[in-house]
Amino acid sequence: MAKLKLAVYWTAACGGCDVAILDMNERIMAVGDACDIVLWPLAADGKYHHVEGMPDHSIDVCLFHGAIRNSENLAMARLLREKSNILVSFGSCASLGGIPGLANFYSREEIFRRAYMESESTVNREGVFPQQSVAVPEGELTLPEFFDTVYTLAQVVPVDYFIPGCPPTTDQIWTAVQAVVSGNLPPRKTVIAGRKSLCDECPRVKEEKKIQSFKRPFEVMVDPAKCLIEQGIVCCGPATRGGCGARCTKANMPCRGCFGPPDQIADQGAKLVGALASIIDSQDPQELRKISHLLADPAGIFYRFSLADSLLKHKRKEVC
Amino acid sequence: MQEKIGVYICHCGSNIAATVDVERVAKEAGGWDQVAVARDYKYMCSDPGQELIKKDIRELGLSRVVVAACSPRMHEPTFRRALEQAGINGYLLEMANIREQCSWISMDDHASTAKAISLTRAAVRRVVHHRPIHEREVPVNNATMVVGGGISGIQAALQIAQAGYPVYLIEREPSIGGHMAKFDKTFPTMDCAACILTPKMVSVNQDPNIKLLTCSEVVHVDGYVGNFKVKVKKRPRYVEEHLCTGCGDCESACILKGKILSEFDMGLSKRSAAYIPFPQAVPLKAVIDAKNCLMLTKGKCSKACAKACQREAINFSQQEEVIDLEVGSIILATGYDLFDPTQGPQWGYGTYDNVLTGLQFERMTNASGPTQGKILMKDGREPRRVAIMHCIGSRDENYHKHCSRVCCMSSVKFAHLVKEKLDAEVYEFYIDMRTFGKQYEEFYNRVQEEGVNFIRGKAAEVTEIDGQLTVRAEDTLLGAYREIPVDMVILNTALVPRHDTDKVSQIFGVSRSADGFFLESHIKLDPVTTTTDGIHLAGCCQSPKDIPDSVAQGSAAAAQSLAVIATGKVKISPITASIDQEFCAGCKMCIGGCPFKAITFNEDAKVSTVNQAVCKGCGTCGAICPSGAIAIAHFSDQQIFAQIEGVCSQ
Repeated sequence: MAKLKLAVYWTAACGGCDVAILDMNERIMAVGDACDIVLWPLAADGKYHHVEGMPDHSIDVCLFHGAIRNSENLAMARLLREKSNILVSFGSCASLGGIPGLANFYSREEIFRRAYMESESTVNREGVFPQQSVAVPEGELTLPEFFDTVYTLAQVVPVDYFIPGCPPTTDQIWTAVQAVVSGNLPPRKTVIAGRKSLCDECPRVKEEKKIQSFKRPFEVMVDPAKCLIEQGIVCCGPATRGGCGARCTKANMPCRGCFGPPDQIADQGAKLVGALASIIDSQDPQELRKISHLLADPAGIFYRFSLADSLLKHKRKEVC
Repeated sequence: MQEKIGVYICHCGSNIAATVDVERVAKEAGGWDQVAVARDYKYMCSDPGQELIKKDIRELGLSRVVVAACSPRMHEPTFRRALEQAGINGYLLEMANIREQCSWISMDDHASTAKAISLTRAAVRRVVHHRPIHEREVPVNNATMVVGGGISGIQAALQIAQAGYPVYLIEREPSIGGHMAKFDKTFPTMDCAACILTPKMVSVNQDPNIKLLTCSEVVHVDGYVGNFKVKVKKRPRYVEEHLCTGCGDCESACILKGKILSEFDMGLSKRSAAYIPFPQAVPLKAVIDAKNCLMLTKGKCSKACAKACQREAINFSQQEEVIDLEVGSIILATGYDLFDPTQGPQWGYGTYDNVLTGLQFERMTNASGPTQGKILMKDGREPRRVAIMHCIGSRDENYHKHCSRVCCMSSVKFAHLVKEKLDAEVYEFYIDMRTFGKQYEEFYNRVQEEGVNFIRGKAAEVTEIDGQLTVRAEDTLLGAYREIPVDMVILNTALVPRHDTDKVSQIFGVSRSADGFFLESHIKLDPVTTTTDGIHLAGCCQSPKDIPDSVAQGSAAAAQSLAVIATGKVKISPITASIDQEFCAGCKMCIGGCPFKAITFNEDAKVSTVNQAVCKGCGTCGAICPSGAIAIAHFSDQQIFAQIEGVCSQ
């Protein structure tokens, strides 16, 4: 049997997903036995024209990680979609927008102003901003267009499977590899992770919930057996898809929500707001306000990974 | 699938059509996707209006209906019925409220028309996702529980018992009778209150269909219309009711005789620790005051009462009981409290001897009261000048904004009683004179002719000037500031919600209006029912009212309960929550959030479940459930999102 042709590509991402693949340790050998790696910028050289030269659908599986931040990301997403039989949205950035997606709380102008004018390490007296094209004596230089909005992969091209996680666990990757190698593929659009929310696999004991204040993990001696939310710690587990093995909560850290919402939820952040607001143990408006103000950066907590894929998607754009 | 939607825009006479361009709304709607027909009509809720819808359903084969009219609280049942009559499920209807939410809140034709279009479009988008759902029927328990044994509770209980159905009448005090039992005469006819009330109280005691529980309070209510499960806490009376004959020997023998302020006489007389609340009490049984009885507080007493009792009815070892009741409907007739005038030191209550509340005056002037009906000052002399002050705590931004409704008439009655018994000057200080009931104005005219001085102006202060009790007031008719020396002041205090209304509203799951009284379903058209099916209101717990109105509402509440009983079964709304076990991760967030305690946790399956019979479909759990496992029938995410998109799209 011919070896499978595998591509791994990244766009707006940190590269942790690549490392997660390598983290399979000796099982990576099995991947090497089963697959020819035709593109993997982290591990091997590869140029645009190599990919462009490949016949359509010649890549059997492409693990695509990273969000779509600019026009180069978009072009590569489209190109790899054409060249791949199975396009996998790999990791939280590709699947949900991930951490880069938090930029959707700002407009392009705000981001540029912060990055090129206001950041503490920047001196830019001339007010120089990146331009998409600039004429120099040698000719025209171009940069990709920086989009106003960060998109998920599935928002720009059709995606076959999703493997969420920041990064995905090696077990998930192994499950996916085995499925591809054996040809025993789940229905298209399947999210390779749990179906229920994280609480189902979290071993902590859960009771009816009433909380008097919100605390950050460093502010409490965490009871290792008790639900973190009942201890006042904001845990995204109730509105986050399970399947990770509850690694964070087992280590006394709250779930950050990297697997995104389970299928039946339209908006992970809104669900968390609704749930946590309902269990604050007070009827007094002033006290309620005081307690809710204890939450540092609620938008960042509740939409940490899923903003680009949420109902909100983006900070409200000014209506002209 | 393509739906065929009929859209109907109501003019509501000129209520909607005067502000909203209904024809334009209909024209716009006619152009929307899946809309088969869009019409406007003068009154959609009228028979011809409903017929229009039914005809379209039959002839055009409509599969969904949108009615843009008034609040769905008003006419959703009407139009659902119309759909059912035409052969399609009533829940394939959606209403857009273009009256309360458009025409009534705007003078701007353009804006309200735009909003009406927007809301109608939202309804059209939503109705596509509606699914047929079916009401369930459950059998009804034919017993009724009446909470509160004042005149309205008594009336309700008697009416239901007369119809042949069992009634539990729950009274917190040792006797029924409520406030009315304390009154002297009743306006405008000046019948003696006891003379007209006590026959009814006796009937309650004698009616085999009425089970009277005194010294009792409802502590827990579970269930739903037709099938309420109630827990009643019955405090010990320390007197065996079946042995006590009400002879009063224990009262005479009690060593604390004449030492404890009488609640019934509003503190104007003193009683024993073992006592009969008042001569016409029902049940006519003694009770031992556990707060004051030496035996019960200190464990040491000669037990003169027990020795005096020939029937050996006194039992100090009686314990509190919790009684479980099952009833089909509930009537709340918990009454009112009187405003405490010590909240306003300007009125001098508690500071000056001869400043009384209205109810204290009722007791004083009552022939069986502490002074045998004589109007006397503290020093035993008869007053020569009496001031009667209206609106103490009522119609006052600082205390209660509402009008207590009965005080003008009772003040006029007090003036008449003073004039009848004494040769005294009477001054009434009023803001407005509200004598609106049958024969009330005539009574007011009669008392005016008796020579009472009516001063239009709220009395500002009761004070003493050189040892002389004086009322300061502005006389707005004379435009003058006046200081009137008097011997006695009667403060006619406001009727206010019971101090524990909040607790009671939680136990029964009924809401309260802004003034704190229980909230009726509709202030005009449904003043007797509450938004909790099967729980009805009677008397002053809903708002202050006089005796005729309390009696009428008692009867009305009885009729509501009888209607529940007569059908033998009740329809339960199909709009309830359900939990998908495939998705519930057992986080238990929802359980404490349910105001009806309908959610329980299944420890075996590690998932929460909703008791459909108890669920009211309020949607709270759906909003709480962080994992999206809870769905509310008729309010799916899909339906709500479609509605939002309809509002937001152009």
